[in-house]
Amino acid sequence: MVTKRFMILFLGVILCSSLRAEVTIEQWRTTTDTPVFFVKTEGLPLVDVKVMFDAGSARDPGEEKSGLASLTAQMLETGAGAFNADEIAAQFERVGAVFSTGVSVDMVWLDLRSLSTLELLNPALDTMGLLLTQPTFNSSDFDREKNRVLTVLKQREESPGALAKLSFYKALYGHHPYAFPALGEITTVSKIQLDHVKAFHQKWYVAENATIVIVGDVTQDHARKIAEQLIAKINRGDKAPELPPVIAQPEQNIHINYPSKQTHVLLGALGIDRNDADYFPLVVGNHILGGASLVSILFEEVREKRGLAYSAYSYFSPMTRKGPFIMGAQTRNDQLDEALAVMHKTLEDFVVRGPTDAELTAAKKNITGGFAMRFDTNKKLLEYISMIAFHHLPLNYLTLYPEKVLAVTRAKIKEAFERRIVPEGLTTVTVGNKVSESGK
Amino acid sequence: MPKFNKMLRNIARLYHQQRLGGTAIWLLLVAVVFSTPSYGQSLAVHEFKLPNGLKILVKEDHRSPVVVSQVWYKVGSSYEHGGITGISHMLEHMMFKGTDKYAPGEFSRIIAENGGNENAFTNRDYTAYFQTLDKSRLAISFEMEADRMRNLHLLDEELTKELQVVLEERRKRTEDNPQAKMYEYLMAMAYANSPYKNPVIGWPADIENYKVADLQAWYERWYAPNNATLVVVGDVDVDDVLQLAKKYFGALEPSVLVDVKPRTEMPQQGVRRMIVKLPAKLPFIFMAYKVPVLNTIDNEQEAYALEVLAGILDGGNSARFSTQLVRGRQIAVSASAGYDLSARLSSLLTLSATPVEGVSVATIEAAIKEEVMRLQNELVLPDELSRVKAQVLAQSVYEHDSMFYQGMLLGIFEMVGLGWSKIDEYVEQINKITAEQIQAVAKKYLIDRHLNIAVLEPQALVLQATHELKGANHGH
Repeated sequence: MVTKRFMILFLGVILCSSLRAEVTIEQWRTTTDTPVFFVKTEGLPLVDVKVMFDAGSARDPGEEKSGLASLTAQMLETGAGAFNADEIAAQFERVGAVFSTGVSVDMVWLDLRSLSTLELLNPALDTMGLLLTQPTFNSSDFDREKNRVLTVLKQREESPGALAKLSFYKALYGHHPYAFPALGEITTVSKIQLDHVKAFHQKWYVAENATIVIVGDVTQDHARKIAEQLIAKINRGDKAPELPPVIAQPEQNIHINYPSKQTHVLLGALGIDRNDADYFPLVVGNHILGGASLVSILFEEVREKRGLAYSAYSYFSPMTRKGPFIMGAQTRNDQLDEALAVMHKTLEDFVVRGPTDAELTAAKKNITGGFAMRFDTNKKLLEYISMIAFHHLPLNYLTLYPEKVLAVTRAKIKEAFERRIVPEGLTTVTVGNKVSESGK
Repeated sequence: MPKFNKMLRNIARLYHQQRLGGTAIWLLLVAVVFSTPSYGQSLAVHEFKLPNGLKILVKEDHRSPVVVSQVWYKVGSSYEHGGITGISHMLEHMMFKGTDKYAPGEFSRIIAENGGNENAFTNRDYTAYFQTLDKSRLAISFEMEADRMRNLHLLDEELTKELQVVLEERRKRTEDNPQAKMYEYLMAMAYANSPYKNPVIGWPADIENYKVADLQAWYERWYAPNNATLVVVGDVDVDDVLQLAKKYFGALEPSVLVDVKPRTEMPQQGVRRMIVKLPAKLPFIFMAYKVPVLNTIDNEQEAYALEVLAGILDGGNSARFSTQLVRGRQIAVSASAGYDLSARLSSLLTLSATPVEGVSVATIEAAIKEEVMRLQNELVLPDELSRVKAQVLAQSVYEHDSMFYQGMLLGIFEMVGLGWSKIDEYVEQINKITAEQIQAVAKKYLIDRHLNIAVLEPQALVLQATHELKGANHGH
């Protein structure tokens, strides 16, 4: 019966097309003072709703409870109101809605994608609202989910790439909360109790600490009602305090011996935050150095000229506080020294000489010429708007971005790299089999 | 470059709804236009064929000023014979290494300077090249794709380097990933003579010994307009695209194509089992039943029924694997089911799981078998069936959010021989499936005689870290 009703609704929908020439972000606050960011799209009868809290793993209460933010998010779907996990999942899925939660160091989010037809959207929103306001945090669910996390953490050790990253962040961030993986570690997750989850939830999942983003084929009035409905019954609470600033650590060389055929290499240093004054010179410069797919200097030197690796890249990962600058590659164990030398030399040369005119022109053309492709789907647009919302970037950021890219000069890139990235001061992490004779 | 394995496992749930019901228009070229009553004219697929055999599919989508252009070739690892496995993928890498007109790497630099994203992917049944660009730059993509369709330079020194890159790719994807490696061994066991037994990336000894002559022969055999389909989705005008395509691809010479041999898999006569011992932390079980696909099945409804069956087991958090194995009995950390209905050759319905610590692999295997028996002995509930159908319908709208994905679907259905218009039937066919049909395919296909089982037995994985604070002697 459900299906038949569904079909009729669906066939009544006409998909029409309209050009996304310019993105207009509407912004307001709910009665609980929660900021809402909304973009109306047309052409597809669907809507995406994201509720974010400043409650990522950086809010874990100390490194001994690393993993608490993530486990709390994971618990949301296990029970709410009168419903258990099976019933909650069924309520979303029977209307074709897709719901998920996620966590990063900076934030936790609840994502809902639904068709915009009211008969389908409303039940999905009701369920999402229930998860936001009345999670049950049942102890048998907690034991099971904690156990699953512990198994995933064990499995993480099967990945030399994941181990390299863990080690790198610890070396780079010392005792800052960014040092610890969002999922936690076996030793820390083992000690988390259900009461910790409840307390974490009560403290951080509050209206003052939330941001709502809605993108889709609904009116602004409707979007207002959706936001209000989701957030109205949540405790007001307090906004999360500022995260501690990142303090630079002494650079380290770390090697983890691991029975793999390849050695995973990460080189890096502290990079930039989302509102960093050097954001554009560094990001455009990095595009030339190792950011651009298939054509960066690093890709050319490591892969195209020497065949040392399948992937060779560098990136800045801007976060609320300074995120990392990372250069990475994976190479056959016996080629490690050569790969490291090429990566170092590439960075040193770039920092010393800066980009050429031709390189800068090509990078600007690539970034600005392809800028529309960064938000050419509702999903991508949702993520971009969420980033703007969470990090308090200007509402016209999508218009400003290409302008700021075009304003970057060779001198600004060279100056910013020289000041911020010291090639001799990089932390180096390698994970692979050093004792292997041939590596093959 | 990427292989969309994960994407393809899920692809079957992402077909869109579109009704066939169009008119055929013959212009200077053979042109067939399918209009779609439920979606409006703008989202119709327009099909053309140039005199040299190049098929062209165009779908207008005006939501963003962007265009996706994909060139698909009917060649992949399932076209390969022993000794040169992976050569389709190797050739895909070499396609970036220059032509009569452009130096190695030039292709990528030009696309980048025009604001484009580009890459390529190889799978069992196809090789595809794509660019995403501002709509005003489509001609650049066409000009260079047409050029490398017929004028590729295969140079020894470039192959020597790129072959190392592919070996690194293999180490990264397969050698150092226990579950991927186990999967490779399982495929090699499950198929007796089907070319699906070989990995897409190829066996290491084959990769190490490719010669330029092998690649040249492969290129000449398969890279021709009459073995290719050009797919364009985006903010374009159909007629403009057709004119551009004629201009750039129209003059290419077709080849005489020799059909690939069928190599139909021999019937399996009993359960096959293997134990794979690798350095790892967790055990893992993978159960694979030989099943036909849409392209090879006598009664197509059976393929759609298998598709729904996979959704009953693993179509979300309210499906049986989650409710029974992960939550109910709490014996699996995760469990999944997969069926690729759009393969070219008969394939596998796969069931896999990671046991909870302390639970044996044998217990998981028995539990999965119980789920299979339940499908055979009891009709699925009306709620379960309508849940799968509701998800399929919703996904058919969601997938329109990505122009790239729309192009993927058109390309895959063309490549495997189903034809893109089959995509239109998907939602309707799924909707017709009954509980009785699901039970019938469970009884017919999910039987021990068709079953292959691999178990990953983890071997000690010892880590040892050394730290040093950098002092005076940094550098290398």
